[in-house]
Amino acid sequence: MKHAQSDAATPAVSISAMSKWYGDFQVLRDIELHVATGERLVICGPSGSGKSTMIRCINRLEEHQAGSIVVNGIELAGDLRAIDTVRAQAGMVFQHFNLFPHLTVLENCILAPMHVKRMPREQAVDLAMQYLARVRIPDQADKYPGHLSGGQQQRVAIARSLCMQPSIMLFDEPTSALDPEMVKEVLDTMTALADDGMTMLCVTHEMGFARSVADRVVFMDGGRILESAEPDAFFDRPQHERTRAFLDRILR
Amino acid sequence: MNTTLTSSQTVAHPAPQVPRDRARGRLFGSLPSCVATLIALGLALYAAGRFVDWALLNAVWPGEPGTMCRQASGACWAFLAEKFNQILFGIYPRGEHWRPALVCVFILVMVVVSLDPRQWRLRTVGLWLAGMSAALALMLGGWGGLTRVPTASWGGLPVTLLLAVCALGLGMPLGVLLALARRGTLPVARFIATCVIELIRGLPLISLLFMASIVLPIMLPAGVTIDSLLRAGIALTIFSAAYLAEVIRGGLQSLPAGQMEASRALGLSWWQMTRLVVLPQATRKVIAPLTNTAIVMIKNTSLVLIVGLFDLLSSGRAALTDPAWPTPYVETYLFIATLYFCICFGLSRYSMWLERRFKQGEHR
Repeated sequence: MKHAQSDAATPAVSISAMSKWYGDFQVLRDIELHVATGERLVICGPSGSGKSTMIRCINRLEEHQAGSIVVNGIELAGDLRAIDTVRAQAGMVFQHFNLFPHLTVLENCILAPMHVKRMPREQAVDLAMQYLARVRIPDQADKYPGHLSGGQQQRVAIARSLCMQPSIMLFDEPTSALDPEMVKEVLDTMTALADDGMTMLCVTHEMGFARSVADRVVFMDGGRILESAEPDAFFDRPQHERTRAFLDRILR
Repeated sequence: MNTTLTSSQTVAHPAPQVPRDRARGRLFGSLPSCVATLIALGLALYAAGRFVDWALLNAVWPGEPGTMCRQASGACWAFLAEKFNQILFGIYPRGEHWRPALVCVFILVMVVVSLDPRQWRLRTVGLWLAGMSAALALMLGGWGGLTRVPTASWGGLPVTLLLAVCALGLGMPLGVLLALARRGTLPVARFIATCVIELIRGLPLISLLFMASIVLPIMLPAGVTIDSLLRAGIALTIFSAAYLAEVIRGGLQSLPAGQMEASRALGLSWWQMTRLVVLPQATRKVIAPLTNTAIVMIKNTSLVLIVGLFDLLSSGRAALTDPAWPTPYVETYLFIATLYFCICFGLSRYSMWLERRFKQGEHR
């Protein structure tokens, strides 16, 4: 298990002076963010604020141009081996699930352990069934993703990430594409994961989840981190003008 | 209809018509359509009657001599029976016909075995490579007491099947590589792939075959020769690769970016992602156009007759030159057309089955 690899001294994620451009347009400006192991972070902000881009930089789906990103003590630069190591340690859950439609739920889950970690098939199946049970859909293992509801698909996506036994989970708006009645089952799964001590970075608009689960809430706007505080302080005494405006709109 | 819609809230839906009733309405609903139907029916019956006269009633059946065919007004099936081996195997030595026959049966069996997606694995590819090498060795002979038969004496169905298998079996992986290179991030590979595809697609297959058979030997150093069947095989392979590449590229383009992102986030390498996630989905999306290209390529193999090779079509034409028989073009072409049709129609039905099978699982 790779969980024990990062002790309390090395932060799970450490981003300093990080900037990113799309051509001439700067999407991220001087990002400074340090996440301790076991910490649950919620990142919110208006659309276009750069929050998704930021967490996609953490597993190098996006490349940053300035500053540094260190994940579990491994710096993300040009080194491909380092990128592979970080990707194996940081799982990601996407807004649109991105399950592989040509594979069954079980095959989705065992693909990466078998091919990236060279795990024997039987062991990978055992592991996958264990995580599918944890997201409460072991009975759907032999179905194809297209036959599941959105909420079930997202729970499979979470299980698929967990099968790589990551020490950090990145959630990129995991409930935004779901029908309202399915949001809760996914949030419950995420809450259970948080209770187990997983380091989590969640980009989400679910403020109830942020208040009850997060250790810290980060607010971004215009490519900057404007505010970072514990949930109570964040929701009750927002410091920044734009945070207040955002919360007014989103909480009504 | 519109007036009833506006005048009343409830619209009475007519009961769905039985197809037979609908057909009766279309064919005999009014006087003009009644007349048109009867005329078309009469013409069809007349043509069918003429055909039956020719093909069955006045036909010369196998076992009768060529002179009978000259007198009879019907089809000369006796000729097909007499020349059956020559049409199928061309000028391959008579006593050795069991060799091409065995090769044809082997290729057909291998194709049937490979139809099931469960057989799509490395072992089957190995079996194909080993099997095709053995088939070529058997055709060529020159070992173990078998007379050597140079490729210039090969002909008929085995040549057609070998060329088709070569063009599609080798053209497909080559096409996949070209498509990946053209879609990839390496500028040099992208440039080369684009050039190859555009160049090959810009040439008619006939000119490519001519170039392979005439221009290529000029460019090679003196004394070095490449077998003309091999040259035609190479030309067909490159040609089909270029077309297959464009079809597969279409499939690659239709894949959502999220599939690649999820693969990378899970730590799959580029090759793993391509092999396990990208290609299986991309090819499934383009089964119909892939089949189309495959069918066109199978029929294209008949063009090798212009560079002096005897495929099924040209060995059929060669059989017609026997002075002891009249020249029953229609019967011979009908026979060859039937063979082509069976192969191509079978492929088409197979692709439909494959599409259905894949859709059952994953439809969204």
